[in-house]
Amino acid sequence: MSKETKQEFWQWTESNWVSPDINWRDAQFVTVGIDVGSVSSQSVIMADGQIYAYGNMRTGFGSLNSARKAYILALEATDGLPEGRLDYCIGTGYGRVNVPFADRSLTEIACHARGAHFIYGPKVRTLLDVGGQDIKAIQCDEKGKVTNFLMNDKCAAGTGRGMEVFADLLGVPINEVGERSFKFRGEEPAAVSSTCVVYAKTEAMGLLRKGWTTEEVLAAYCKAMAERIYSLVERVGVKAEFAVTGGMAKNRGVMDRVMPLVGLYRMTTEWDTQIAGAVGAALFGFALCKKGKRRKNRKFPWTR
Amino acid sequence: MITAGIDCGAKNTKTVILKDGEIIGRGVVLTGFDQEAAGADSLAKAIKYAGIGRDEIERIFGTGSGKDTVKIADDTVNDIKAMAKGAIFFFPGARTVIDVGAEEGRAAKIDDKGEPVDFAINEKCAAGAGVFIETMGRALGTPLEEMGALALTSEKEVPMNAQCVIFAESEVVGLIHAKTEKQDISKAIHDSMASRIVSMIRHIGVNEDVVMIGGVGNNPGILAAMKRELKLKKILFPGRPELGAAVGAAVAAVQ
Repeated sequence: MSKETKQEFWQWTESNWVSPDINWRDAQFVTVGIDVGSVSSQSVIMADGQIYAYGNMRTGFGSLNSARKAYILALEATDGLPEGRLDYCIGTGYGRVNVPFADRSLTEIACHARGAHFIYGPKVRTLLDVGGQDIKAIQCDEKGKVTNFLMNDKCAAGTGRGMEVFADLLGVPINEVGERSFKFRGEEPAAVSSTCVVYAKTEAMGLLRKGWTTEEVLAAYCKAMAERIYSLVERVGVKAEFAVTGGMAKNRGVMDRVMPLVGLYRMTTEWDTQIAGAVGAALFGFALCKKGKRRKNRKFPWTR
Repeated sequence: MITAGIDCGAKNTKTVILKDGEIIGRGVVLTGFDQEAAGADSLAKAIKYAGIGRDEIERIFGTGSGKDTVKIADDTVNDIKAMAKGAIFFFPGARTVIDVGAEEGRAAKIDDKGEPVDFAINEKCAAGAGVFIETMGRALGTPLEEMGALALTSEKEVPMNAQCVIFAESEVVGLIHAKTEKQDISKAIHDSMASRIVSMIRHIGVNEDVVMIGGVGNNPGILAAMKRELKLKKILFPGRPELGAAVGAAVAAVQ
């Protein structure tokens, strides 16, 4: 009997990582940042303000479990870091109130700016964060402090979730969307005209029926998403340097179409762009530790 | 005088044949991808229903989002006019008309002469259109036709935060996982969509009588939720609300 499994095209790879150069035993303070987003959750463990380990995974049903799972994923990557060594934990993101073991929670706006400041360096002035369920355009100063921001979390158009739905519809694995959206012949197709993801799906089906290739439809959709994302950036205003965080930063199909609209190059990084929020949270924790703050209630383990 | 109105919508195409102020024929077909054929098919169906000859129809007007593709029509009438005339045909006292179809929502304010004086349209976001309930029904595993009745059996207030169809779908799945009762989820879905429609209507103000047409008018759950949201005792709706705009087009053809 053959077993048929439906391929989940929207699935992206969950990962964890540990720094080969850092030994937690030498650190004065070990802090944790946990970013529970609506679609993905990340945890970052920092040793004296340097990224030591992280875990990045999909948010399941119930933020509570997701916070714990992301934390365990990062902990598993470490070289036997005992939980008792953890000095401070900050939760952030959409599900930040559901990080039961966090000492405090901070908004993801502040954490993303702080995290981008670390990942991209202090030159960042405009930060675009395109996550699973929202788009944020943030302006920050040389210290990574937020000076202005705008956010869209009401509509899936332009968000990662919208792209997942589309990848599934077209049967293209989500991590191939970017590259394939440039593999069309001749001129680049015009953007799909529907803003709403639901209508764009209908429109895309019509285009396929008219004989468009999958790549052409992808190009038209990536273009529409780029225009949608740029409209938010435009409203908050653009100041150099420009950096992008969140999962969409990995999608060249959208980002290479946003940047000509912005009129700047985007900064590059070796880090996973999805961890910025959690990095910011862990950094805030480190700053508090230096000021003398400690966990009041060291109730372990967090893994259960 | 015999006239016909063809309303080519996103999901269904509807034709109504009118003879001296009375509906004598109707035909409904799925629009599909060929809007022109859908228009012709629904007209053929309506002619058969009426038992008349094609040449007996003096004038045909098209309306709806696909009105320009209906080549058999002699002329077109805009959606707002059609919905106003359709509402007045059924309820002469109509002052506010709401037309919610599969992919669009509209509201129009009507003066004492039955003419539309102001309107609001949502054609950009699926959260205020029939496709919202349809998608949520799929997530819930309940056929669209049963969604409204199911909602009426609940008295619970379950908050739904998501406005977007895509996000609401995830939220509904989350509610199912949290073991929320099916009828309570259905009510939350209807409340959420009703508040979307009502915020559109508020742009033009609410004057009674309020008349609802369009396919969503068949859903008792939405009507109940809208009454709650608008604090109204009654919202009028014709027996076949989805035919409202087609009737309006046929009326316009007479005039």
